[in-house]
Amino acid sequence: MKIREDYEQVGWRKLIHWVNADLQEDYISKDHVIHDQLHLKENAAQEKNKRIDELKSSLQALAKTHGKQWYEKSYRIFSIFVAVAMIIVLLGVVSQLPSFGDPSNPANNEVSERYIESGLQETGAVNIVAGMILDYRAFDTLGESHVLFIAAVSVLILLRMDYGSDGKLRKTKGIRDEGYDRMYEPRNDLILQTVTRLLFPMIVLFGIYVILNGHISAGGGFSGGAIVGAALILYNNAFGFNKTKRFFTYNTFKWVSFASLITYALLKTYSFYTGANHLHSGIPLGEPGAILSSGLILPLNICVGCVVACTMYTFFTMFRKGGM
Amino acid sequence: MNLFVMLLCLFLILCAISVALTKDILTSIIIYMSFSLIMCVIWILLESPDLAITEAAVGAGITTLLFFATFKKIHLIDEEEERASHED
Repeated sequence: MKIREDYEQVGWRKLIHWVNADLQEDYISKDHVIHDQLHLKENAAQEKNKRIDELKSSLQALAKTHGKQWYEKSYRIFSIFVAVAMIIVLLGVVSQLPSFGDPSNPANNEVSERYIESGLQETGAVNIVAGMILDYRAFDTLGESHVLFIAAVSVLILLRMDYGSDGKLRKTKGIRDEGYDRMYEPRNDLILQTVTRLLFPMIVLFGIYVILNGHISAGGGFSGGAIVGAALILYNNAFGFNKTKRFFTYNTFKWVSFASLITYALLKTYSFYTGANHLHSGIPLGEPGAILSSGLILPLNICVGCVVACTMYTFFTMFRKGGM
Repeated sequence: MNLFVMLLCLFLILCAISVALTKDILTSIIIYMSFSLIMCVIWILLESPDLAITEAAVGAGITTLLFFATFKKIHLIDEEEERASHED
């Protein structure tokens, strides 16, 4: 990696040099200074003084090289010692962990027993994992969705381009560089476009299937939403912002995320308002294995899927140059 | 079956080491992606298909794309673009 010259004076680079025990440059520069001073004195003063000074400087240089050698040697030994100590500590901790698949592990307690034994009757979900994260621990999943939303919002704050009140990009410094991707994005990549035309509907269908089937088979809102988001990113890469702008803008992100999160919050925070009394929801659980079953899990899965898909796509468009 | 799992774990370790040792950033992203794919197969063998789907979508798909987008944005991948930006 090439490093700009003025970075060498920054304290961080000096720290890196120090960590690498790479102190040669400092000493070379100091020696230069000494030599220059000697040279000046040579013209002015007598030979005796010069000889004494030379002896002195050579003695100093000798001491320095000895110190440097000692420093390098002890640094190496010390670093090896620290690394070995860390390895011993970490391997010791790993060897103390409970063995994999042991039935007497602390993780196998009455909580997981309850989930496995009566999860199907209480949640109506064939997929125990979906029953766990969207029924027993639905409040945690609400927090997770909000974490994703907050991450997307902070990315938007950092990277969103400024639009004026007339809807046009504001002319600020460096805007030409920022608008680069939007201007020069590939428009006629035939291979990518043909493959996307074939694959995009299938990927989106598979994502929707994973979301809707979350309580029956493996998957759920998060993974299905990530699949749909990946499909949107592929479409954006193949056809550019002008095509995706027609169905996905900043407002789409705003309203879909907002609607999903508020629906989720309204459906699942009732235990909060009733003082942690877990009321029976009254929604029939239905026949296990059918699409319309297991109460609130299906709408919650759809909400999570919408939030995740929007967030993934927004992340990508924000990290590209050119806004949404 | 057991041999297959051992082989996958060996690949996993190889990938993890080579990600750290590769100098080219593009190569190390691709190796990181293959790490996620191997991990996805291991999740399936450990009978947790939920995690496998998430690993494939997030680990191998979205994370890699975000790495590409970010490294392009900070001019770490495309050398031509980097040169052009230095000339400006």
